[in-house]
Amino acid sequence: MLGLGRAWKFGNDVNTDYIIAGKYKLSITDIDELSKHAMEAIMPDFSQKVRRGDYIVAGRNFGCGSSREQAPLVLKHLGIAAVIARSFARIFYRNAVNIGLPVVECEDAEEIQQGDLLEVDLQRGYVKNVAQSRVYKVRPLPPELWEILSEGGLVNYVKKHRKLPWQ
Amino acid sequence: MGKTVSEKILSRASGKDAYAGDIVVAHVDAAMMHDGMAQLVMNAFNEMDGKTLWDAKRVAVVIDHVAPSAYESFSEVHKQMRKFAFTHNARFYEVGSGVCHQLMIESGLVFPGGLIVGSDSHTCTYGALGAFATGIGSTEMAAVFLSGKLWFKVPETMKITVEGELPPMIFPKDLILKIVGTVKADGATYKAIEFGGPVIRAMDAEGRLTLTNMAVEMGAKTGIIEPDEKNYSFLKSLGFKSEEGFRSDEDADFCEFLRFDVSDLEPQVACPHAVDNVKPVKNVEGKKVDQVFLGSCTNGRLYDLRVAAEILKGRHVKRGVRVIVAPASRRVYMEALKEGLIEVFLDSGCTVCNPGCGPCAGGHQGILAPGEVCISTSNRNFKGRMGSSGAEIYLASPATAAASAVEGEITDPRRFLKEG
Repeated sequence: MLGLGRAWKFGNDVNTDYIIAGKYKLSITDIDELSKHAMEAIMPDFSQKVRRGDYIVAGRNFGCGSSREQAPLVLKHLGIAAVIARSFARIFYRNAVNIGLPVVECEDAEEIQQGDLLEVDLQRGYVKNVAQSRVYKVRPLPPELWEILSEGGLVNYVKKHRKLPWQ
Repeated sequence: MGKTVSEKILSRASGKDAYAGDIVVAHVDAAMMHDGMAQLVMNAFNEMDGKTLWDAKRVAVVIDHVAPSAYESFSEVHKQMRKFAFTHNARFYEVGSGVCHQLMIESGLVFPGGLIVGSDSHTCTYGALGAFATGIGSTEMAAVFLSGKLWFKVPETMKITVEGELPPMIFPKDLILKIVGTVKADGATYKAIEFGGPVIRAMDAEGRLTLTNMAVEMGAKTGIIEPDEKNYSFLKSLGFKSEEGFRSDEDADFCEFLRFDVSDLEPQVACPHAVDNVKPVKNVEGKKVDQVFLGSCTNGRLYDLRVAAEILKGRHVKRGVRVIVAPASRRVYMEALKEGLIEVFLDSGCTVCNPGCGPCAGGHQGILAPGEVCISTSNRNFKGRMGSSGAEIYLASPATAAASAVEGEITDPRRFLKEG
């Protein structure tokens, strides 16, 4: 269960260049510094306003484009509890799970408004919109991925189990 | 039931009878990381207590995104990459070797029927040679370095058949832009795209690489083309003999069929700020440009440089416009030198950079200022991709880019068709 947090609403096709631009990814290697530029091209003050435990909510194809893992990393570093989207681009989806950032595929994501208070239960598979008194169903994570996410990502999984999930 | 090329490759690599939708654990044939992601890969490798690579000769370490380094931070990353590559005896490509994808192709690590992963979304390029190749993240790359294995969801395949004949001054880039504009940015998410039909069969391997390179711009896991004689002769020209590989069975299950006829295709351009915002060049002709980029893993090969040089020969770049040329590899650069193409670029006022990614990813060698416009032969035009969020990027063929360089504004390259 992920606690109460505010929704930060974005549109369709949010690419990983928007999540963290190449000009920063290819010059800044410090994650604190890098995270200050998250979403800058489409929401310049995002990194200052977002609070730990908040959610990102988006439409279709979230995280398309470059395979940069810095994209889910900066969101996690800023304290984003989960990304809720109608659909995800495949590399971002895998990357997020591998670094322990929950990704939630939700058909009704677009009904959520900027600033709505949300609660997410990954295991039971729902998003609760406290502001609108609505509950949305979500597509469950495949078991292979849930195994990795529930350990906090692939590195943590390996540290705990001393093997890769597929070995 | 019959299988697609992707199903056959993932069956071979996993030792399972795999079909679309199955999740398999497969042995990869080669893995590549570049400097844009290397720090995360190496950190994860160390944190997972990595001691040795599963097979050092199948691992490529490439410095291409910020090469030579423009920042102290990246000089440090490069330093660590050299240490990593030399400690583990991996294949190492120093500054100036070229773009990672071109180097993978020239290295022989890519072969028909192979399963290849790279820490870059444009790894899908290698499908033009009949391989199943896809981009993965940094943490997964570390896991591949350790084990040589990774889990894959076997993708469904969308079949795109291209018919007709490409008219003069219309190139594979125009075709793939047209396709991306039709399929849209998420139209092939999680799928493989198999390109076929007479136009593809007639196309040289270099042109095919431009097509498969941009499969990811439609969300695809990979782009793939059945290997044939064109393919084998290209590999032979690079010094590799390979006549293996797979073709899709006639009764294979495709999830979707699309057909394009290119006989009336016009030059295409992807307009700001999305790759699927594609229009005919004529709709934006006259738009003033400040920078032209010729290069990248999409269009930095010899064929592309020839097309651009043909237009630039005996002409000069418009005053106020800067043209940046970055050959895709040292091999391409040297061939271009021998053919006199580099002389044409220099004579016409272009800047020729070292082989590598150039300004494509916004790291260096041509960062855009607010309000500036760039026409580029690369593959992404997202807001801020090549510098300022206030700049605009148009994606086009090398011909359209070269014509625009001469005129200082977006120009239909057919204006440069030789008469007779």
